[in-house]
Amino acid sequence: MQLRTVALGAALSTAFACEAGAYTAYVSNEGANTVSVIDMANFSVIATIKVGQRPRGIELTKDGKHLLVAVGDDDTVEIVDTATREIVGTLPSGPDPELFTQDPEGKLLYIANEDDNLVTVVDIAKRAPVAEVQVGVEPEGMGMSPDGKILVNTSETTNMAHFIDTQTHEIVANVLVDSRPRFAEFKKDGSELWVSAEIGGTVSVIDPVKREVTKKITFEIPGLRAESIQPVGVRITKDGSKGFIALGPANRVAVVNGTTHAVEDYLLVGQRVWQLAFTPDEKYLLTTNGVSNDVSVVDVAAGKVIKTIQVGELPWGVAVSND
Amino acid sequence: MTLDIATHSQPPGFSIGQYAICLRGIVWREMLRFLHQRERFASALVRPLVWLFIFAAGFRQVLGVSIIPPYEVYVLYEVFITPGLIAMIQLFNGMQSSLSMVYDRETGSMRTLLVSPLPRWFLLSSKLIAGTAISLLQVYAFLAIAWFWEIEPPIVGYLTVLPALILSGLMLGSLGMLVSSLVKQMENFAGVMNFLIFPMFFASSALYPLWRVRESSPLLYYICELNPFTHAVELIRFALYAKLNPAALGIVAACTVVFMIGAILAYDPAHGFRARQGQTGGAA
Repeated sequence: MQLRTVALGAALSTAFACEAGAYTAYVSNEGANTVSVIDMANFSVIATIKVGQRPRGIELTKDGKHLLVAVGDDDTVEIVDTATREIVGTLPSGPDPELFTQDPEGKLLYIANEDDNLVTVVDIAKRAPVAEVQVGVEPEGMGMSPDGKILVNTSETTNMAHFIDTQTHEIVANVLVDSRPRFAEFKKDGSELWVSAEIGGTVSVIDPVKREVTKKITFEIPGLRAESIQPVGVRITKDGSKGFIALGPANRVAVVNGTTHAVEDYLLVGQRVWQLAFTPDEKYLLTTNGVSNDVSVVDVAAGKVIKTIQVGELPWGVAVSND
Repeated sequence: MTLDIATHSQPPGFSIGQYAICLRGIVWREMLRFLHQRERFASALVRPLVWLFIFAAGFRQVLGVSIIPPYEVYVLYEVFITPGLIAMIQLFNGMQSSLSMVYDRETGSMRTLLVSPLPRWFLLSSKLIAGTAISLLQVYAFLAIAWFWEIEPPIVGYLTVLPALILSGLMLGSLGMLVSSLVKQMENFAGVMNFLIFPMFFASSALYPLWRVRESSPLLYYICELNPFTHAVELIRFALYAKLNPAALGIVAACTVVFMIGAILAYDPAHGFRARQGQTGGAA
């Protein structure tokens, strides 16, 4: 009887623990022109928000009140109120915005304009452009250093990571990486910058101080052709111990040791896995699977895929709320 | 010949203890026989493992498996065919137990069994339970090895699959028994393999999801749906993930009852096929 009480107590506490982590995830569906809202308590889609055309880059403002969605074919970034789930405004992003990032305070938005070889800087509160930075051909990946001083932009065709000073809006360094760099992610302590190269099939680890490539992470999956391994989205845990890399049409997420940079595991997710996002507690990692139109949920500690959630057509980006 | 002593099928009331002694004797004999036949144990394990290690590895890239219940995530082909291979173990075991009945009949040891004063249906059921128990040993040994091959169903699944395994083991065992009543000699058993085991195994959801079968051939899809083996596979597949497939459960349970009644009738000397065949004892 006592044993049963203990078991019941354990079961209840687990149930409450799940309740406490009730985050909301937002997934941009590039093909459906919608954003799927996922309740992370029970991994189900609870709402679908109609947005502009070709939504890709997606992020929440630091206060969590607004969701920013880059709608490339409408040449703007839409602002969605997270409470009412309605579009309340737009930001002058410049043409064809794809990915963007915010400064650590959440005041400025740095947007990559793929067609115009520009990075546009926008004041979020004033909804007004502040500056434009000329970068390489087809800019895409945007990574902000934890101290907010350096913005890294990757240009797909120039195959470079451009280091941009956020005070002067000038390029201060260029680092050559492998073919078609897609995504840039800093470790939270600022010690390393990881840049994925889709065609090159590698992730370059860059020393942000020396501004040179110190290591290249390569991937090998038995039975898969090297061409189908295309690294795109990158996320690193806050403590820097583990990195997760979406491998596109390889349908897998690589788990990389943050210290040794050795690939520890490949997790099978849906087809053409594109972008990744952690829940704030880093308990789960969400992946967008573009071809199979779903989102996979990875249990980060266990290193296992635990659930798949059907979303709209061509899911591209994902963002998770702080509460 | 003792098979024509029909009075034994109406026993004069036995105590539960006597039934238990009989059941234990039969199960014990089958267990001993199984454990002493090391090759049989090895082959029972090697057969599904060959499928798992070689066949599944080869088809891993060809057959990308999408998500279908009970799976909640994308699974590799190895994971998908595991329940099918478990059912295959039970299918072969069911047939092998019935093969041993043909052998028993030829060597005359079946006579010893059938002269027991306990009712015929009880003797056959005991034999069936013994065969199912052996199949459980084989399945869990297979699952243990498969675990190292990263086929890791939830821990609770190892427990919830047990009732499903017992039921599917009984179904396939009673089918084997029914078939064995039709086989006169050991040599004919090869035919059973070709005409029963292989079609049953391939025309099922053991190796490929049925929606994929339907895409290529609707007719084959209906054949698969009619195949009780398909439902045994699905029952095991769901149970391995701690889920219940009520349709599969119903069909497997119904088939078990039908096959079992069939086997008891077939082995009943007064009505059975064997009586009709005008043959009463061993071929020896």
